[in-house]
Amino acid sequence: MGLAKRIIPCLDCDKGRVVKGVQFVDIRDAGDPVEVSKRYCDAGADEITFLDITASHEARDTTVDTVSAIAGQVFIPLTVGGGIRSLDDIRTMLNAGADKVAINTAAVTNPEFVRQAAERFGSQCIVVAVDAKRVNAEGEAPRWEIFTHGGRKPTGLDAIDWVKRMVDYGAGEILLTSMDRDGTKQGFDLELNRAVSRAVQVPIIASGGVGNLEHLAEGVLQGEADAVLAASIFHFQEYTIPEAKAYMADKGIEVRQMPASKD
Amino acid sequence: MNKVAIIDYGMGNLHSVAKAVEHVARESGQTVEVTVSADPAKIAEADRVIFPGVGAIRDCMAEIRRLDVGQMVENAMKSKPVLAICVGMQALMEHSEENGGVECLGFLKGQVKYFGSDLTDAAGQRLKVPHMGWNQVRQQTGHPLWQGIPDNSRFYFVHSYYVDDVDADKVTGVSEYGQQFVATLAADNIFATQFHPEKSQVVGLTLLGNFLAWDGSR
Repeated sequence: MGLAKRIIPCLDCDKGRVVKGVQFVDIRDAGDPVEVSKRYCDAGADEITFLDITASHEARDTTVDTVSAIAGQVFIPLTVGGGIRSLDDIRTMLNAGADKVAINTAAVTNPEFVRQAAERFGSQCIVVAVDAKRVNAEGEAPRWEIFTHGGRKPTGLDAIDWVKRMVDYGAGEILLTSMDRDGTKQGFDLELNRAVSRAVQVPIIASGGVGNLEHLAEGVLQGEADAVLAASIFHFQEYTIPEAKAYMADKGIEVRQMPASKD
Repeated sequence: MNKVAIIDYGMGNLHSVAKAVEHVARESGQTVEVTVSADPAKIAEADRVIFPGVGAIRDCMAEIRRLDVGQMVENAMKSKPVLAICVGMQALMEHSEENGGVECLGFLKGQVKYFGSDLTDAAGQRLKVPHMGWNQVRQQTGHPLWQGIPDNSRFYFVHSYYVDDVDADKVTGVSEYGQQFVATLAADNIFATQFHPEKSQVVGLTLLGNFLAWDGSR
């Protein structure tokens, strides 16, 4: 009896389609976001994260419509990220049916935005997404830096300090992506995850690098993550969510099993 | 026609609640009119009322007082089924520790307390706050809103404060997070949940469906 560790499929969307880039380059189509969300929800996903990777102004309306369509069909928490830059953007997404928003670049550009957002909408709906990359030289103590723009732009910010600051400002949850691992299928950066999870009191979602079910379990057991996020292993049917839950349960991790179907 | 009013006092996302109620009605073939409003007349003419709430209690209580939402809830509690969700449940209590101490509506006996920054589970593992995610609810009594929901089902929670010092006979469900805490309460024609039924998939939708059919008796 206790809180379950969450499995969160992530939908990276470009112009209304689910895609998955390997290291943000080679983009593969993985379907209609509403259908995909519904399928994951029915399969027992604990939340859905929707990241709009187009985030150009023209595409915003499509995104709002998509979020609204997902929210009308999926009755589990829905986080929306990508291009969230103002209180109005947050309000628009919450009104469309999102439960939380993920703020990434805008937090780096203007950290006070996170504070204002948490004060206005409550910490429970403010997720700060951080993209961290290992920057220590070989033989040095591990050190990670925050990057923006899909991992292309260094910020000079130390990842641990940054996450602590974001939590002080009111972030209710941290979506932590290892830029070294994202798209590689080599597993999470467990050391990064553990360091961040121990540094703050709020839940951590581990992201970046999942290639098999063992990686998900490691994220919780060694990375000390509260939730694990994955995209391609689910999108391309390499593994199903029930398989992931069964595997984690077998490793002694508390997970939410779906109630028996009434059909 | 079953009229459901969701009280809108400007705090957070009521669309999830409205969408979930509409979905449940559609799936069960009922005609339900869902209104999201802070207009006392709209609340008064509804057959049942949902009192939601998210965010910080100080801001919630400020808006509740400004819009006289307390009066709407009190009137509804006298005459029709009421479902209070999350901070809506907390607002019914006497007092909350959040934001340095906030007086609440005092419609039910109880105090709202912080989980604490040094919370641990039985094995001594540190527990994160907010309590966020799917936790089991142990049903303490039978209730029409529990119909068709297996005991120890998991519901979706997100909160850092919990209600305590309530009348024991009003507790209908409990959960564990470092300690046992009140997950649901029932008093007369009110049912209150710390979790979010609108985000709790099958079991949450079942609870909402039960609410649509509930006449307010136990």
